[in-house]
Amino acid sequence: MKKPRIGLVNRREMKGYLFLLPWLVGFVCFFAVPLVQSVWYSMHDVKVTANGLKLSWAGWENYRYIFQSDTVFIEQLSGFFADAILRLAVILVFSLVIAMMLNQPIRGKGVFRTLFFLPIIVVSGPVLERLVSEGATTVPLIETYGVNGIIEAVLPPMMARPLSGLFSQLILVLWYCGVPILIYMTGLQKIDGTIYEASMIDGANGWISFWKITLPALRPMILINGVYTLVFLATTGLNEVMATINDRMFRTGEQGGGYGIASAMAWVYAICLGIALLALMLLTKERKARQVAIQKSREQVELERLHAQRARGMKRRGGKRHGR
Amino acid sequence: MAGKISARRMKRVMLGGYRRMGLLPKLLLYVMLIALCFVFVYPFLHMGVTSLKSMTDLLDPSVNWLPHELSIDNYAKAIEVMGFSEHLMDTLLVTVVPALCQTLSCALAGYAFARFRFKGRNILMVCVLLTFIVPFPVLMVPTYTMYSDYGILRTIWTMILPASTGQGLRAAIFVLIYRATYEQIPLSLDEAARVDGASEWRVFRTIGVPLGVPAMITSFLFSFVWYWNETYSTSLFMGNAALGSTKSISTLVMELARFEDSYKAYLEKVSGWASKMGGATSVQNEAITMAGTLLAIAPLLIVYFCLQRYFTEAIDRSGITGE
Repeated sequence: MKKPRIGLVNRREMKGYLFLLPWLVGFVCFFAVPLVQSVWYSMHDVKVTANGLKLSWAGWENYRYIFQSDTVFIEQLSGFFADAILRLAVILVFSLVIAMMLNQPIRGKGVFRTLFFLPIIVVSGPVLERLVSEGATTVPLIETYGVNGIIEAVLPPMMARPLSGLFSQLILVLWYCGVPILIYMTGLQKIDGTIYEASMIDGANGWISFWKITLPALRPMILINGVYTLVFLATTGLNEVMATINDRMFRTGEQGGGYGIASAMAWVYAICLGIALLALMLLTKERKARQVAIQKSREQVELERLHAQRARGMKRRGGKRHGR
Repeated sequence: MAGKISARRMKRVMLGGYRRMGLLPKLLLYVMLIALCFVFVYPFLHMGVTSLKSMTDLLDPSVNWLPHELSIDNYAKAIEVMGFSEHLMDTLLVTVVPALCQTLSCALAGYAFARFRFKGRNILMVCVLLTFIVPFPVLMVPTYTMYSDYGILRTIWTMILPASTGQGLRAAIFVLIYRATYEQIPLSLDEAARVDGASEWRVFRTIGVPLGVPAMITSFLFSFVWYWNETYSTSLFMGNAALGSTKSISTLVMELARFEDSYKAYLEKVSGWASKMGGATSVQNEAITMAGTLLAIAPLLIVYFCLQRYFTEAIDRSGITGE
């Protein structure tokens, strides 16, 4: 049985909507309506005429064109996602390593943090293009030692291409680490130091406590970083998928151009991105029941191993030195 | 005996013990961090050094880091090629105004999400995140036709309208920042004000705005930087990509994108022979290009180094790491 709510609460609720009103208007005008319209366009053949747009129903024709006839787009799309997954992994690992280094008691933390965050301020399409064409984004050593040549010789071309792309743009990839580093750092600072102490008393070394404490505690940060980085990579003007969509939009009247095709392409891109994000969420999701079970048995194994080790050590030293 | 102890102490100091880090690991840490810093900053150094090289230094492969002479001349040329002074005004116009609008509109939305309990709050919050995730190309075509219907294409309104309704560039992040900020302010403050007879708007003005100033500064700075760097939507809505444009607004970064063409035009203007020589127009002067790049990001670098605290604190402020 719902009680009718008292006036003040109700009025306060309405005022909440009032404060939200500008955002709501914007959401409807500049997000929801275009979103629906874009679906509509993607299923039409859109012609620009003197008195407005002329739509003629095309059904799935645009999508079929993209997947069956278009030579460039699908290749670019798969190339982008292959690149993005690799870069994402590198960014997540590197930024975690850097964040853990910065989390140590060292001097000049602020300076380091400032410098690592600096690239985020200047990443924009044209600036990066200039730097790439100058060769300023690759580590000179990689070129000298011919790492890319080795990669291409050893691996099949499907794997070699993203990998050599990664190495030739290594600095560029590292540049995206700025925000993830900061997110990891705040995550690291929130871990209770006494847990580490307790684990040390139980005989865990740094390596074990990293896998057992640090990484599980950072799980939500990994998800946030993953989502942020993926969205960032997908929406910078630097990637060629976006450039292609933009280019096609203005090629009205040509085969494979026009508003309809461009909208359909944008939707294919968005759905692929959505799937990637979903996969990321599933990967970093906490599998509660199973996780605990696995951890326990593994922990027990490790503890037993440690106990055995320590017992051996004590015997050798004649029991003189206790394990700390 | 004493020797043994001191050896052990040495080991302790060098490798470190349970609580303290030893000298060797510490040294290793610093070396690694500084090396990483170098890798991060390398493109900037490269840019800076190259921009100061003269023509002979550029062609000489033995000159790597230290040019024989500093040719400031490159900068003068780059300024002329890019039309720096006029485009700086354009850039400031299309960055500062939308950034201000965005700061205010997101503050309102964040305040609403943090301070009021209304129906559909959670669903709307999901909508906020959705606006972050959906890539811009999806909205591009309908938005473009909408603006062209209203006849506001190639005017600054294409930036102001979305920004002032909380749909600007990465607005979702700012809504999150404000929400986290306002959630930390105790509600009893509002209640006290309300008991004293203040209206909700007055509460926002006298409590919300002053206490939200740090979040506002952060939001403004990030909006500023992101609008400055944005070329995809800016060139779509403002640039001369569309046919029949009479006047277009071009930002410094957009000018940088077509630096080569501008440089060719500049060469032809300065010396008439270049156009006749044909091949000579393709002379690439990396130094001038790099000077131009540095000029296009110089204002950002200045802002960042003066106010870097607000940038690096943004993560803590957004509250995405909490809860």
